Amino acid sequence: MRTLLVIAWLLLSVPAWAHKPSDSYLSLSVHNDRVEGQWDIALRDLDNAIGLDRDGNGRLTWGEVRETHGEIGAYALPRLVLSAGTQTCTTQLLDQLIDHHTDGAYSVLRFRSGCGGPIEGLRVDYQLLFDTDAQHKGLLRLTHGGQTRTAIFSKESPAQEFSIAKRSLWAEGTQFIHEGIWHIWLGFDHVLFLLALLLPTVLIRAEGRWQAAGDFSSVCWDVLGIITAFTVAHSLTLSLAALDIVQLPSRLVESTIAASVVLAGLGNLYPMMMSRRWVIAFGFGLIHGFGFAAVLADLGLPQDSLLLSLISFNVGVELGQLAIVAAFLPLAYLIRRSWSYPRLVLTGGSLAVVAIALVWFTERAFDLQLLPL
Amino acid sequence: MIRLLTVGSVIGWLMLSQVGTTYAEPYRPTDDAQVLERLSYKATDPAAREIERLRADLRNNPRHLESAVKLATRYIEQGRSEGDPRFLGQAQAVLTPWWNEPTPPPATLLLRAMIRQNAHQFDQALVDLDQVLDVQPTNAQAWLTKASILQVQARYNEARRACQRLARLAASHVLLGCLSDIAGVTGQSAKSQELLRQVLSAPTLSGRERIWIATILAETAARAGAIREAEEYFAEAFKVGIKDQYLLSAYADYLLDQRRYQGVISLLQSETRSDGLLLRLALAEQALELPAFQSHIAELAARFAAGRERGTTVHIREEARFTLALLRDAQWALPLAQDNWNVQREPADARILLECALTDKNRAAAQPVLDWLNRNHVEDFRLRQLARQIQEAPF
Repeated sequence: MRTLLVIAWLLLSVPAWAHKPSDSYLSLSVHNDRVEGQWDIALRDLDNAIGLDRDGNGRLTWGEVRETHGEIGAYALPRLVLSAGTQTCTTQLLDQLIDHHTDGAYSVLRFRSGCGGPIEGLRVDYQLLFDTDAQHKGLLRLTHGGQTRTAIFSKESPAQEFSIAKRSLWAEGTQFIHEGIWHIWLGFDHVLFLLALLLPTVLIRAEGRWQAAGDFSSVCWDVLGIITAFTVAHSLTLSLAALDIVQLPSRLVESTIAASVVLAGLGNLYPMMMSRRWVIAFGFGLIHGFGFAAVLADLGLPQDSLLLSLISFNVGVELGQLAIVAAFLPLAYLIRRSWSYPRLVLTGGSLAVVAIALVWFTERAFDLQLLPL
Repeated sequence: MIRLLTVGSVIGWLMLSQVGTTYAEPYRPTDDAQVLERLSYKATDPAAREIERLRADLRNNPRHLESAVKLATRYIEQGRSEGDPRFLGQAQAVLTPWWNEPTPPPATLLLRAMIRQNAHQFDQALVDLDQVLDVQPTNAQAWLTKASILQVQARYNEARRACQRLARLAASHVLLGCLSDIAGVTGQSAKSQELLRQVLSAPTLSGRERIWIATILAETAARAGAIREAEEYFAEAFKVGIKDQYLLSAYADYLLDQRRYQGVISLLQSETRSDGLLLRLALAEQALELPAFQSHIAELAARFAAGRERGTTVHIREEARFTLALLRDAQWALPLAQDNWNVQREPADARILLECALTDKNRAAAQPVLDWLNRNHVEDFRLRQLARQIQEAPF
């Protein structure tokens, strides 16, 4: 007891702990009659519960974890009971991987639960580790139809119920419109591509020099042509990809998108090589559509309202695009006659676009991290 | 042209650094020998053996009080020396059969108080301790724990009274350590130093006790501005040769104040697992403009976010310091420092609140600390300096 005396005093002054207390990360995604799950459980917690360190050397190797996969599954899965209505779902373990969180390595359990019918309410009964660690918590992310909820399981509240009520189509539609708008605004590669194509629309090329375009309506027609071509093209491939008809590897898609931005910028610096920008917009629009599809897939497409969410997302992308055009065009039209527009805005802007996109391209194509992040 | 290109690439760099955060995906390692995790101890360590034996006892009989108290005590000790809060959750689990009883046995109440103290549930911990002391008024451990909580809450008179109860219950150095730690903050540091110096020369001190006393001496000396003396006491504490998280952080803070950043780096280079120590390492790296600084900031931000996600705010002092000194966001740091001050009131808590208030030009926010300084005659030249700066500031 003597050592404890002083430790009591010192416990107060621990300068923040080496770790946070024990947590597991549980993601559940509800699709009609089944639940796709991913459960990250700390290796240190599993070792404490069932013993993973076979050779007792204080180090957990992948070999030791792999050999105990059966025991990990047998320990963890019964401690998570999902039920829909009166029906207990049956869970099947699909795969076990490794991931790292801020406090160390985690075993990642991927599973699928079938609940025997459409899920209208999900009850999650969480009993992991509470018997050996009373401060353990289970952090849940529950997604359904693009909507995400979070919850925390603790020894005091180990079971919770979630209603998976059919959301109104209107709510679902507006949510995907919202996502579409944000995606085009935050996806800098799409914005830059669009801007690069729009920069020269308020000018015309005559006698090897840039000159201010005449009237506003002809500029608008030009812009309309470019935007329409881009829209038609990316809607086409977005649909093909979202409906799982065509799939392209993401590295190829992302690198080509970066390359398209480089080319669009170069096109402004060497105008002779692209007289018809709508063709460029259409051609590369095809590849940008695959980029949008990747985002849509990350959002988790509700299978029962696939078409609605696809169309809503696309409408959102178009609205976001229109907003960019509406912000850019009047301004560019007003200053098109100034000395600085062709030199500073068009040439300087295009150079900047090319520089940025080159970095993107190098990163994506060669899988490099050029940044110190 | 070249200038344009440079500007362009700088803009690109900036944009990328905002959107370029990559999220790691779960993966399947390819090499069986790859080490994924290092555990706190090996199966052959004596501590691990003892824990294993006690766990086996409890598996057969979970209500065996003696084994439960022993195991929970081992866990709390382990938690302290590893700096790993998981052990406190495990200690709590061992005490489950008694945790929610209206009158748990005193031994489990005492441990519950320590676990609650660690979770910064100070008032609940004090209730537990008073319940223990009602039944066992001579329980030295309970008096010492109570004194330490009262001190953190800046209730110095009550804390002093709790220490004094140790007079005939524990060895004299425990009494002196308890009293001097309080005296060192409340305007009697010279007397406190004198008493503790005698204690330190006693050959009967255990290693941990020696570290404890030497660290109090070092910090009191540093607060009084006696730099060389502080250095000597820190050296004395390190000479014991037991790794101690608190000692490391106190010495790192001392070095940071002396602008001896290189010293901090060699001290803490391999201590990145502890949030508090990583914070101090990053502060030194920032001062020296080392490249590791960026990744350490990102790592700390992720850890604080992970802590918030589970809904606990035990690290709020560190988070306030991180937000002020590394993120340089006084507006965001100030409410953190204020929340922290409402829970704990040690010199370090006072300092972060004053620094935040000064940077955020908010004199009203500093007032509780200024009152605390004057009411208790706190001796700390840096706190006094900050207080003066705030009072003389034109805002």
